[in-house]
Amino acid sequence: MTTTTSRADATEIALAPVATGQPPVSPSTARRTPPRRRLGQVLVYLALTVFAVVFTYPFIWLVSASFKPRSEVFDNLLIPKTFTIENYLNIWQEAPIGVWLVNSVVVTALAAICVTASSALVAWGFAYFRFRGRGLLFALVIGSMMLPGAVTMIPTFLIWNGLGATGTLTPLWAQNLFGSAFYIFLLRQFFLALPRELFEAAKIDGAGNWRIFTRVALPLCKPALAVTLLFEIQAAWTDLLRPLIYLRDSDTFTIPRGLKSLLDQFGFGGEWHWEVIVTASVITTVPMIILFFIGQKQFVDGIATTGSKG
Amino acid sequence: MSATSISASRPTRPGRLRARRRETVAALLFISPWLVGFLIFTAWPVIYSGYLSLTDYDVINNPNFVGLDNYTAMFEDPKIALSLTNTLIFTILSVPLHIIVALALALLLLRAARATGFFRTVFFLPKMTPAVAVGVLFLLIFNGQDGLINRVLGFFGIQGPYWTTDPAWVKPGLVLISLWTIGSSIVILLAALKNVPTELYESARIDGANFWQQTTRITVPMISSTIFFLAIINTIYGFQIFTEAYTAFFGSGNTTYSNDAALFYVIYLFQQGFQYLHMGYASAMAWLLFVVILIFTVVQFAISRRTVYYEGDTR
Repeated sequence: MTTTTSRADATEIALAPVATGQPPVSPSTARRTPPRRRLGQVLVYLALTVFAVVFTYPFIWLVSASFKPRSEVFDNLLIPKTFTIENYLNIWQEAPIGVWLVNSVVVTALAAICVTASSALVAWGFAYFRFRGRGLLFALVIGSMMLPGAVTMIPTFLIWNGLGATGTLTPLWAQNLFGSAFYIFLLRQFFLALPRELFEAAKIDGAGNWRIFTRVALPLCKPALAVTLLFEIQAAWTDLLRPLIYLRDSDTFTIPRGLKSLLDQFGFGGEWHWEVIVTASVITTVPMIILFFIGQKQFVDGIATTGSKG
Repeated sequence: MSATSISASRPTRPGRLRARRRETVAALLFISPWLVGFLIFTAWPVIYSGYLSLTDYDVINNPNFVGLDNYTAMFEDPKIALSLTNTLIFTILSVPLHIIVALALALLLLRAARATGFFRTVFFLPKMTPAVAVGVLFLLIFNGQDGLINRVLGFFGIQGPYWTTDPAWVKPGLVLISLWTIGSSIVILLAALKNVPTELYESARIDGANFWQQTTRITVPMISSTIFFLAIINTIYGFQIFTEAYTAFFGSGNTTYSNDAALFYVIYLFQQGFQYLHMGYASAMAWLLFVVILIFTVVQFAISRRTVYYEGDTR
């Protein structure tokens, strides 16, 4: 299958970005026209550096602005004229940022753990066992990915409303107990790529289904589980639509929903306290940056794999 | 597969049958979370949403059956046409630009030798920014008077437009900021580029092909399946753009003046469903969105049959 190769490729990319780089350079050309090649290389680095500045500057701008007093937020200076950490001290009084952060951490942790556990179970069910209707059911998994979220949004709201869960954090994560099509697909591909003999051997040794899954399959699947966990942490942390639908009181807000409420209160339509908004934006973003640096390899591998599944 | 081979062999031993049944039970247990979730959170909502779209449900009162009224009302609702046009413009602008820029950056990355990993990290990082923060950044950096973008343009003697207030420039501005978060496309394209066999370039160079010819004649055709995948995915995302635009232009505060230019379809759907509580109407809107996305996807697949090259056994 294509699975094995593409995953191997993804790993190879992350492990050895240099090895397969620059296919257009053959030794002969390099030797024949060294100055031109070197000029070309310089231009490549120059272009990359320009783009690197463009891509990082908004962050730097934001962080820099968060250390400026209100009157200077918009001055576009890289180094604050008046450096102050006051924004970071005051923001806790301006808004219940602490509560929002706790809410976000709770929702994100529950969402990520639930979806990883349940999706792994389901993916294993589809990957390992042979049963009638498997193809059809898996087609439904794939098919449900094509359905725009807007179609199920209102009935799903009515379900949670009927259960009296609107206004609580539950609707933001509880659906993850039932797996998620994309992760089921991803993990199933991973399981299918594992040599089946391993499981047959465990079975002969007397291991039951649960034992084969938890002791043999899952440990081998750690990289894919990490990808799932990280993807869902990002998705849950950054979601705005669902908090907008389900949360009403400020005390229940997640951090993106809280940031939105700060923008409404202090932005163009409000009191123009941009230093609050800028600081809250940094606080909302930084955990994701940290997450990326923790799981950079998983992110890159995971995304590269997703693409090759197209 | 194996199921047929077992049933084909006539003398089915009861032990085998029992083993097969046990396997099915085990499988169903493993997939039961998804089965239950699918029935509750996909199958039923799909059916119920179809039903709601034929009613005037508003959460407070019981739904009354109104036939196709919601669907005919959509044709007379100027905001449907407006939001649909806005969304189409955004998608048609952003998807090709997105792919071209991501491909250009991936090609550059490929030639960066030792620094590929570093620059890939830099290009990917903005993708981690929560969409709400992207919306905030849009308001700040694209601000017509004091925004960074217009300051930079002013440095080159260009009078930048009022990105966040001029209806003509709101969507181009949102397209530009969306280009900031193309990290995953770059990663996907880079992975695809690395799979293109080096021999192809070598023989092309022997034949005297320059960089541009190599790119258009070898690179792009060889990774066309990946480009196609990105086109499909980004179109689907583009049609459902919500958070960045909602953050910047809508909400309880009167955020800016040019809301209409940023009224995308899902934003209007959200307003209808959850602010005006026109849940029947919003359900009908959701189905229209589904149909529009479906049409676009089908058309893209039709085009791809003639233009996309699939390597060997990729199904």
